[in-house]
Amino acid sequence: MLSEVISKPRSGRRPAPNLADYERTRAEFSWERVAQTLSGLPGGRGTNIAYEAVDRHAAGARAGHLALRWLGRNGARRDFTYRELAELTNRFASVLRQLGIGSGSRVFVLAGRIPELYVSVLGALKNRCVACPLFSAFGPEPIHTRLSLGGGAVLVTTESLYRRKIAGLRERLPQLRYVLVVSEGGEIPLTPGVLDFGRLMASASPWFRIPPTDPEDAALLHFTSGTTGRPKGAIHVHGAVLAHYVTGQLALDLHPEDVFWCTADPGWVTGTSYGIISPLTNGVTSIVDEGDFDTERWYAILGRERVSVWYTAPTAVRMMMKAGAEAARRHEFPDLRFIASVGEPLNPQAVLWGTQAFGLPIHDNWWQTETGGIMIANFAAMDIRPGSMGRPLPGIEAAIVRRSGAGRIEVVAEPGVEGELALKPGWPSMFRGYLNDEERYRKCFAGGWYLTGDLAKRDGDGYFWFVGRADDVIKSSGHLIGPFEVESALMEHPAVAEAGVIGKPDPVQFETVKAFVSLKRGFDPGEALRRELLGFARKRLGAAVAPKEIDFLPSLPRTRSGKIMRRLLKVRELGLPEGDTSTLEASP
Amino acid sequence: MFFFRACAMAEMTREQIKAVVFDVLGAIAPELDAAAIAPDKPLREQVDIDSFDFLNVVIRLHERLGVDIPEKDYGELLTLDGAIEYLSGRLAERAGRPRL
Repeated sequence: MLSEVISKPRSGRRPAPNLADYERTRAEFSWERVAQTLSGLPGGRGTNIAYEAVDRHAAGARAGHLALRWLGRNGARRDFTYRELAELTNRFASVLRQLGIGSGSRVFVLAGRIPELYVSVLGALKNRCVACPLFSAFGPEPIHTRLSLGGGAVLVTTESLYRRKIAGLRERLPQLRYVLVVSEGGEIPLTPGVLDFGRLMASASPWFRIPPTDPEDAALLHFTSGTTGRPKGAIHVHGAVLAHYVTGQLALDLHPEDVFWCTADPGWVTGTSYGIISPLTNGVTSIVDEGDFDTERWYAILGRERVSVWYTAPTAVRMMMKAGAEAARRHEFPDLRFIASVGEPLNPQAVLWGTQAFGLPIHDNWWQTETGGIMIANFAAMDIRPGSMGRPLPGIEAAIVRRSGAGRIEVVAEPGVEGELALKPGWPSMFRGYLNDEERYRKCFAGGWYLTGDLAKRDGDGYFWFVGRADDVIKSSGHLIGPFEVESALMEHPAVAEAGVIGKPDPVQFETVKAFVSLKRGFDPGEALRRELLGFARKRLGAAVAPKEIDFLPSLPRTRSGKIMRRLLKVRELGLPEGDTSTLEASP
Repeated sequence: MFFFRACAMAEMTREQIKAVVFDVLGAIAPELDAAAIAPDKPLREQVDIDSFDFLNVVIRLHERLGVDIPEKDYGELLTLDGAIEYLSGRLAERAGRPRL
């Protein structure tokens, strides 16, 4: 694998890559210098993400530049210049202020990729609220868990999502003061606390002065999954914008005239950091497509909208590969210059497929919810080792480490040795905590390192290679899924005695969620019950989180302390040797 | 066996095709309420299926009906009416008869 390298031309590329000389940029880089290239709130009143993303452009020469081009599911399109986006986000910030929603309050958004989602997130940031976009494909249970853990005071959602997923949860969400519903042409059920988003916006002031914002003020809340317990709410601060901004330039090679398309949903961290903040802080045009993945639709968008930089996900790439490179070559991509991917490791075949389909290799990069921005990447000017996540960004120190007990950490200097991927804390978009869970936050750090939970190795030239997760968290279609959340939903079914959930390797999704259940006495395993459980889990969790497969077992393997051994379930599923099972409880 | 199935499929009525579509959808999203599906509205706005589920729906329709469904035609499968129309056309083509 290491012998395969995609070489890049050393000169003559236009526009010249922002990062042309890796070693030199790394040596000269400092976060202080990046901070100087951003504006800061006028009058030295601090740093606010929304100001850097929108207002500073709206106040200058880029006011009339296209900020967002929204493509509706059914062919509609709406364009927003930086000036227009500034006004709309001012209005939403005014709405929040009028409602008495103050600094630090959590504003959740549950919507498909519609303009109101983008306006709400940025407007909430202006009002110094903490913005939390939720994935609209979540079922009611993941939504309830996150809204209640996050203490959401306001939820912006759409008419249909309100009816399908929120109305039934209201009673269980006492902290939720207002639900602002975006009309879809029908009747909005105006029960207490439910307000019409459009009407509020129309009557709100288009003027809003962002209050002083400390760079350490909380700005964004993103939930991520752990092996055990409930999802963790990672908190990011306004100062993170430095990383959103500069990683867009260095890892995605954004230039001022670029048309950029990040295909991720803002319900996942990529869709917020790179679907909202990074392109706007860099003043480029960002494409937002409301539609779901569809090969032909995507090729048409890449060509017609003259996308020059495209950031997508391995699952999408692999689904496009199924249609063949021919399908891509029927289209023209006159401006496409740089393709990047994140979510799970991109297999070498997929990297190379980019060359066949688009004449461009696909640049894998690595980061996670907790890091807030891209940490390790294959860069435009650097040779690609297909299958590798690349090299650490300037300003980021990464290492392979080993936990040697009692909180001690040993850095593995030798190349090619597997260990846990760790980062030196201190970059601006590092998470500042898990909401209400100080202990879990503390456990992420040891010996002066942030421990990522991903296993990796580094080769002799400094390229990092993903090996697997150190825990049981499932990586599926670019999303992290916590087995516990899925098991808990299955356990609510009266027939289920035990549930164990694993990530089963899958050529398209990377891992697919598979559940094993044992049944209570009196219930018979069979196709009817299997379907019932599948539907039961999907209704609660939504298609993105629910298992795709369910198998019945007489009982699940447990450790002596009673924990379900997901690893053993996985090993058996894969038909691998079971290894040391000495802590396994004998089956009854 | 395959030949027999393909011939039998070519004779399928729209009702039978609809039953196959629901059977395939029901295997992937058993929570779906067939009676509540508006046939002229996008399925993915009515049934909670992600892109991966959709791909599996297409694969299983291909297996069950024995017709190829190239990627460029996925747009025809967005509504129930559209899917039935498209699949009956493909089946008729297979059988060498003009579209219904």
